[in-house]
Amino acid sequence: MIGLSPLRVDGREKVTGAARYGQDLKLAGMLYAKVKHAEYPHAEILKIDTARAKKIKGVAAVLTAADVPGNTAFGAVIVDNQPLAEDRVRYLGDAVAVVAAETAEIAEKAAAAIKVKYRELPAVFDPREALEPGAPEIHEGGNQINHHKTRKGDVAEGFRQADLVIERSYSTQRVDHTYIETEVVVASLDHDGTLTVEGSHQNIFSIRAAVASFLGLPLSRVRIVQAALGGSFGGKDDCMSVLSCRAGLLALKTGRPVMLSNSRESSLIESYKRHPYFLDYKVGVKRDGTLTAMEIKVVADGGAYASMTPFVTWRSVVHATGPYRVPNVKTDIYGAYTNNTYTGAFRGFGSPQITFAYESLMDEIAGELKLEPLEFRMNNILRDGEITATGQKLDHTVSVGQALQAATSAAGWEEKRRRFSEENRTRLLKRGIGLACSYRGVALGAEGVDATGAIVRIQSDGSIDLTTGLVEMGQGLKTVFSQIAAHELGVPVERVQYRRTDTSTIVDGGPTVASRSTIMGGAAVRKAAIAAREKLCAAAAGELGADPAELTAVGEKIMVASDPDRAIDFTGAVALALAAGMNLSSFAWHVSPPIWWDEEAGKGNAYFTYVYACQVAEIEVDPETGKINVLEVWAAHDVGKAINPEAVRGQICGGVATAIGYGTLEEVELVEGVTKTVNLDEYLIPTAMDVGKIHSIILENPDKYGPYGAKCIAEPTAELCAPAIANAVAHAAGKRIRDLPLNLERIVLGHKLVKKQRRAR
Amino acid sequence: MKKIKLDITVNGVKHSLKVDPNLRLLDLLREELDLTGTKEGCGIGECGACTVILDGKAVNSCLILAGQCAGREIVTIEGLSDGEKLHPLQQAFLDHGAVQCGFCTPGMILSAAALLHANPAPTEDEIRVAISGNLCRCTGYTQIVEAVQAAAGKDKGDWWLQI
Repeated sequence: MIGLSPLRVDGREKVTGAARYGQDLKLAGMLYAKVKHAEYPHAEILKIDTARAKKIKGVAAVLTAADVPGNTAFGAVIVDNQPLAEDRVRYLGDAVAVVAAETAEIAEKAAAAIKVKYRELPAVFDPREALEPGAPEIHEGGNQINHHKTRKGDVAEGFRQADLVIERSYSTQRVDHTYIETEVVVASLDHDGTLTVEGSHQNIFSIRAAVASFLGLPLSRVRIVQAALGGSFGGKDDCMSVLSCRAGLLALKTGRPVMLSNSRESSLIESYKRHPYFLDYKVGVKRDGTLTAMEIKVVADGGAYASMTPFVTWRSVVHATGPYRVPNVKTDIYGAYTNNTYTGAFRGFGSPQITFAYESLMDEIAGELKLEPLEFRMNNILRDGEITATGQKLDHTVSVGQALQAATSAAGWEEKRRRFSEENRTRLLKRGIGLACSYRGVALGAEGVDATGAIVRIQSDGSIDLTTGLVEMGQGLKTVFSQIAAHELGVPVERVQYRRTDTSTIVDGGPTVASRSTIMGGAAVRKAAIAAREKLCAAAAGELGADPAELTAVGEKIMVASDPDRAIDFTGAVALALAAGMNLSSFAWHVSPPIWWDEEAGKGNAYFTYVYACQVAEIEVDPETGKINVLEVWAAHDVGKAINPEAVRGQICGGVATAIGYGTLEEVELVEGVTKTVNLDEYLIPTAMDVGKIHSIILENPDKYGPYGAKCIAEPTAELCAPAIANAVAHAAGKRIRDLPLNLERIVLGHKLVKKQRRAR
Repeated sequence: MKKIKLDITVNGVKHSLKVDPNLRLLDLLREELDLTGTKEGCGIGECGACTVILDGKAVNSCLILAGQCAGREIVTIEGLSDGEKLHPLQQAFLDHGAVQCGFCTPGMILSAAALLHANPAPTEDEIRVAISGNLCRCTGYTQIVEAVQAAAGKDKGDWWLQI
């Protein structure tokens, strides 16, 4: 079962249209909610006049921050995000009021009838300006959300040793998750006073914390239930807390179920994005290509609220040098508030930005030294037992070299590098091939406690309920967890039913983020299933005349491992256990191995293990139009152990496509806080015609901390293709583009085009 | 608003309804007929999540008024399988790992079904063009294209005539 690819356990309901997503929910007496958004990116609220809105027939409630019974703000790290703005709006996605009505049309009419008087405040939209003295203050205490650093050796000494010091600046853009399902919740009040919010939730426990605090309810009276989730990629966290708080408040005040959903326009304006980064790199290198020092300064645009900025930038600070041996390192990363749309978690979580910078840079340095990019990297990459930029000794198989070899040899790297350079002299459309590699800390790391649980319940008929606090969002978690439980209990996957994720069925096991589910949740499921199996073995031991330790569960039987003929079937063992009064429900808890971080010193063992990867992109670029075609991508990823190889391949292909969009197409354009790309006709993500052939190369170096040696896959897939494309474009057209995305205008003109005119709203 | 009379066939079932003249086909299916397998992702015909088959052609049901469909035949994802027996495209999507979050899946399968209806042996490029109006953020399209190729290679029988 481990290493096989059974069909998705939630596949059938998805291909038949039976899967029930948030927008499909309908409760008796349900009201529809609409939000009144801010009209300025930064303004003081002087007066909210809801009188006209309340008079409209069919309106059930019009609520503002004044109606909030609990804390008006929430936040996982910094408590600053207000689902209903109290005295000030800080970006155009803020809400000043929320309406519930009999129909969505009436609610929309009522929201439009709300009149708000503002005093406009000076605003700031560039995070570098926001950190300067005298910048308009967006939150009390200044605009610096956080500052993280790493310190290793002495960079001044490192630069003295260098033959060449290279300085480069890069920037990345704001991008949207663009899950095809926009955000939606239905809040309803149970007769016992419990508020249930069902919807498109990614992180049910953090959403519960926000709702309980906002409404002044104990956690035990708030229940967050996940509907089928139409994609998330890190995106349905804080913005779902916001929706859940607003809908929960309306349900509490009206006593009726309330649906609140974002249109695509609302989603693009209101929900958080991936951070734009401004990155300055200074690198010392010897003539022979040995790196001597790196000094890195990064400013991240956090937008109006902190959200995950402190954690996103922490991941960046740990990985900022890339998987290279650098004896002297000084990295500083600042998160800054602006009046832009806030930014938070998005698949990659602070790595796509820095990977774009350091992998573009590695090619630039190799070019300066007249070295081949692959050879230059092979000479500088981290090897087994070496020390990272944060001072961590790597005690697992460091496979970045293996990934580089695997991806480049599959791609025919050396031959194509030579041949394309030759052919491009006479070709109209230029061909190029580029690569990027990375290392990535697995799971939450030292940013917080990392622990999660699982419950395996064997029913009297031998069917199995499996519950964890981690969610399916398309990645295949239900299938992989079901495989693990089935494997340990020796039954087919079909016997396992993965329960819908619900805060009332299991204790808080943390968020489904950081590619932590297989390694953390999978380990918990394995432990719980083993505990359940041990009970069955104990129950069957007498009947089989054997010691429980001699027994195993295989092929729907409990059997003597050394003598498979001595066996009883699985349901028989269940019956014996129940007759003996045994409890066939097992709960297991899994805590990550110890890690640490010294924020003051800027060093530590940041993650308990790392994954390594390399992607190679072959592209064709038209120098006349700037159009890039990504023809083929080879993606080599060390996953430790692929529990479900077909699902791993799905993650790789999906992550590559997301990165192709990041590299060549996508940008949420904001002009003075106003979103210019408000639907999918203007915000372009890759179609089937924009994504070339993707070759997945799965590498397996089992990790001592992973179940069956498994590590992770979801996020590393999305952090490599943008720099690989940028390097391929440099190879093809001789143009080094240091700002994302590499869209038509950047290729042809070298800068981006901005829509100046204010769009009517 | 004065309602209009509408006779329409959905998944082989005839309906005589009175609907608002501004009702979108998408809302007719989801709200009036409870066929929620048809999804809304953008409301402007860009994402393809609301794709249904109208008289044999894949269309965005968010861009069509219900009233335009008088006397016409519509197939939604709920109408594709034969009871418990999945349509070969549905089975191929499962077999080839072409489903992740599943939100684009109904529209994607229906676009592919309309393609195979018109062109039973499409090339890879033809498949990519046919599904280029259906956005998927999870899969990178690789396994979707493989699934459509596999279904196209299946023994034809008369399964695609259902649409």
